[in-house]
Amino acid sequence: MRDLVLRLNLSFYLNANKKGRGRLRTKTVETNSVTTKVEGRTEMKKHVWKKKIVPYIFIAPSVILFSIFMLYPIGYSFVMSFQTSVGGEMTFNGLENYKRLFNDAIFLKALKNTFIILIIQVPLMLFLALILAVLLHSSLLKWKAAFRVSFFLPAVTSLVAYSIIFSIMLMNDGLINQLLEWLGIGAIPWLSHPFWAKASLILAMTWRWVGYNMVIYLAALQNISEDLYEAASIDGASKVRQFFSITIPQLKPVILFTAILSTIGTLQLFDEPYTLTKGGPSDETLTIGMYLYQTGFRYFDFGYASTIAYVIVVLIAILSFIQFKVSGDER
Amino acid sequence: MKKIGLYVTLTVGALISLFPFYWAFIGATNESGKLFSKQLSFTPGTKLIENVINLNESIGISRVMFNSLFVSLTYTCVSLLVCTMAAYAFAKFEFKGRDTIFAIFLLSMMIPYHATVIPLFKMMAAFGWLNTYKALIFPNLAYPFAIFLMRQNMLAFPNALIEAARIDGAGEWRIFFRIVLPSMKPALAATAIFLFMYQWNSFLWPLIAVSSTDMYTFPVALSSLFGLSRIDYGQVMAGVTLATVPIIIFFLALQRHFISGMLGSAVK
Repeated sequence: MRDLVLRLNLSFYLNANKKGRGRLRTKTVETNSVTTKVEGRTEMKKHVWKKKIVPYIFIAPSVILFSIFMLYPIGYSFVMSFQTSVGGEMTFNGLENYKRLFNDAIFLKALKNTFIILIIQVPLMLFLALILAVLLHSSLLKWKAAFRVSFFLPAVTSLVAYSIIFSIMLMNDGLINQLLEWLGIGAIPWLSHPFWAKASLILAMTWRWVGYNMVIYLAALQNISEDLYEAASIDGASKVRQFFSITIPQLKPVILFTAILSTIGTLQLFDEPYTLTKGGPSDETLTIGMYLYQTGFRYFDFGYASTIAYVIVVLIAILSFIQFKVSGDER
Repeated sequence: MKKIGLYVTLTVGALISLFPFYWAFIGATNESGKLFSKQLSFTPGTKLIENVINLNESIGISRVMFNSLFVSLTYTCVSLLVCTMAAYAFAKFEFKGRDTIFAIFLLSMMIPYHATVIPLFKMMAAFGWLNTYKALIFPNLAYPFAIFLMRQNMLAFPNALIEAARIDGAGEWRIFFRIVLPSMKPALAATAIFLFMYQWNSFLWPLIAVSSTDMYTFPVALSSLFGLSRIDYGQVMAGVTLATVPIIIFFLALQRHFISGMLGSAVK
C-alpha cells in the first residue's frame, strides 16, 4: 500500500515538476491531508527550515572528527615546524629547522633516495599497469575475472607482510638467488648493496601496486568508445599505434590521477624500507618518511620532524602542480 | 597464435602476482632453514602446527588476531556510517558551504599522513588514549577517500525518489536508511573493503600509538618478530600467512562488488 502511494506521488511529482515545485507541494499536501490536517503555510515553513538543517546533521560527524583528528594536527604540525624543544618546552626558533634541514646530509640523502625510487618506480609501475589493463580489456578473453583478481590480490596484503615475504625471498641464500644460481647467473647481493637494495624496493613496490593501478585503468577503459578503435582499424592503424594514439590520450586524466596518487604514496614511503632494508646499507634506502619517523619517535625531536613533514607537503604540492601542468599543456 | 601469446603473458603475470603468497605458505609449513636450503622444495611441509605453536608463544596469536579484527571491524562499520552520511549530504543536498567543505576534504588527501602523526601522538597522550583501541580507531574515521567514493556513487541516485518519499511523509533518516542505502550495496561493499584494508594493514600509526605487546595489531607484531636478532622464518611465515588470510577472505567475499563499485566511481 505504502509502495503504491509512493509510486503515485512519484508520477505526480514528475508531472508536476514542469509546472514548478511550489504547486506540487500544495497539491500533495492536499492529498495527504486526510491523515495530517496541518495548515499548508506552517507546514511549508517547517519543511524549509528542516531541509536547511538536515544536510548539516548528515555531515556533522565527519566534519567534527575531521577537524579534531586531521585539520587540527595539520595546523599544529605546521606551527611545530618552527619550534624546537628546549628542556621539554616547545619554543619558537624561526626558520632554524628549515635551515638545518638543507645542511643535513642524512636528510639530503633520504631526499635523493626517495626521488630515485620515485622516478624509476612510478613510471615503470604505471606503464606495466596500463599494459595489463589493455590486455585484460580485450573482449574475447576468457577467465577475465580470475586474471583480474590474481593481479589485484597483492594490493590487499599488508605492506609489512609482503615486505617480509620479499625480504625472505631476496636474502643472500633466498629463493631468488638460488634460482639465479641455478640459471647460471650467480647470486646478487639484493639487500646489502646500495644499488640492488633500491632495486629490491622498486621490485617489491611494483609487485604490490601494479594490480591496484590496473583496476583503475580498467575502469577508465570501459569509457573509451569502441568506435574510435574501429575507425583506427579501418584506417589501418596497428594495435601498438592505437595504444599510443587512442588509449593513452583518452586515459590521460586517469593516468594523471594515478601518477599523483603514486607520487604522494612514494614520498611517504615508510613501511617497505622499514621492513625490507631497515634503510640500509648505510642509509642507501633511507626515505624521507623513515627519517621523519626516526627523528620524531627515536630522538623525539618533534619540531624538526614536523619540518620534515612539511617538506613532504611542499614537495607533493609542487610535484602535483607540475604533473597537472605537463598533462594540461598537451591537451 | 597471437592469442596464445596473450594468454601466456597474462598467466605468467598472474603467477608472479600469486607466487609470493604460495611461498609464504610453503615457509609456514616448513622449518626455518628449509627456505634457504640447496634442495628447494615447492611442496608444503608438515611443520605448520609446530610453527603456529611457536608463533603463539612469541606474539600470542589470539590476542593479536582479536586486536586486529576488533579494531578493523569497528573502524569499518563506524567509518562507513559516518562517511556515507557525509557523502549523502554532499551528493543530494544543496547547502551553504557544501563545495568548500567538500574541496577541503579532497585537498586533505594530498597531505601526507606524516604531517598529522606527531600532533596526533601528543593529542592521544593528552587524552590518555595511548595503548588503547580508541587511539587506533578514532583518528581516521572521517576518511576523505571513502566520502569521495560514496558521493560519486550516490550522484546517480534519482532525486525524484527522495523527493517522492519526502512528500510521502518519510523522515530524513528513514529516506537515508530505507531508500538510499539499500540501492548502494556495491558502493558500500567497495568502500567497506577500502576501509577494512586500510585499517587491517595500517602500520605506522599503530607502531606509534601502541607500545605494549598485548595491544599489537598484526603488522606491528610481525614487524617486531622480524626485527629479532635470531629470526625463526617458519614462525614469521606462519604469521604472515595468518595475517593475510582474513583480508583475502574479506576481499574475495566482496570482490564482485568491489570492482563494480570502483567502476562506478571512475566512470562518473
